[in-house]
Amino acid sequence: MAFIRAFGSYVPARVVANAELAERLGCDAEWILNVSGISERRYAGDAESVADMGVRAAQDCLSRASGGQIGMVIVSSGSSERRFPGPAAEIAAKLGLAGVPAIDLPMASAGSLFGLAMAGHFAGSFGPVLLVAAEKMSATVSLDKNTAILFGDGAGACLVDPNEGAAELVQWCLHSDGNFTDALRLDFGQDLNMDGGTVIMHAARKVPAVIRELLDRTRQSAPAIGTFLMHQANQNLIVKIARTLEVAPEKFFSNIGRYGNTSSASMLIAAAEWSAQSGFRRGEPVVFAGFGAGFHWGSLLAIGS
Amino acid sequence: MTTQERILTVVRKVAQKPLPTDPEESLFESGVLDSFALPDMVSELEKEFAIKVPDSDLNPRKFDSLARINSYIEANAA
Repeated sequence: MAFIRAFGSYVPARVVANAELAERLGCDAEWILNVSGISERRYAGDAESVADMGVRAAQDCLSRASGGQIGMVIVSSGSSERRFPGPAAEIAAKLGLAGVPAIDLPMASAGSLFGLAMAGHFAGSFGPVLLVAAEKMSATVSLDKNTAILFGDGAGACLVDPNEGAAELVQWCLHSDGNFTDALRLDFGQDLNMDGGTVIMHAARKVPAVIRELLDRTRQSAPAIGTFLMHQANQNLIVKIARTLEVAPEKFFSNIGRYGNTSSASMLIAAAEWSAQSGFRRGEPVVFAGFGAGFHWGSLLAIGS
Repeated sequence: MTTQERILTVVRKVAQKPLPTDPEESLFESGVLDSFALPDMVSELEKEFAIKVPDSDLNPRKFDSLARINSYIEANAA
């Protein structure tokens, strides 16, 4: 058993609205909104690193939890500045957690979903696990309008405890298929490369399927789920997934309009905002889901305690 | 109905504009379909022709024109 104690988030101060991006990319601001549901996103400063943002989100998360030891740190990021070491040990050290095992999960998009499942697994042996997802996606795109319009920077965090918390992590379903490695990738020294049509085709099919797999396994039904907290990839995709599941799109918490797609950070940033606005209720099921580069995808059920 | 007529019926269901007269014309470049309509079209084709499009075929290029859709259905439908 493991429980979610708290979420946290951080987004950089600089707001990049569609109008600014449209001018730079030679496209129309309204077009950006129509194809993505995104109005603005945040960009980190040149000197602000993935680890810097991760530390800020972790501090926000820990300030919402009431103290206690940390037994492990897991950090997901697909946009880390270095080949190695990844940001996990650096984030841990800056939090005063030097000596605590810190694991990098170099997984974009679905990284926080996989990290949450791993945290749920490891919490029983290591004690409370601090999961952080941090991304500087603005550094991975330049003038390709099909990708540059989508991404923003930010970080999210979640503290998973073996004994107590606001919700119990009940079950998760995780999948990977490396046959589609080339469809979405970030090669060294290159811009992010995305075959958007292929990604959407797979996400539109795999995410509803993995949510149904989770619901079947836990004997839950889609209409009974209180809230769906998804990787914020594209508002149109979120709505499509809701309709496929025959669930009102309003049940899918969304903040992509303000932050864009912050890759693996997005699900935890969304969870932190949702938690501040409403949060877990006793006995109410909440489904987390993610899909992205790899392809990796999955779903996770938490029930308010 | 012929296979071609059945395909036209399916594509019209999800199309955002009138279909092109040239069967080789790209349905995406001509704005008939966008990335989000494509998964719907594939699902409708699966229903109409009682086929299952495997993951390995979930590639927009296989369904980029009426001609390509026709080829796919002819190769895969019983």
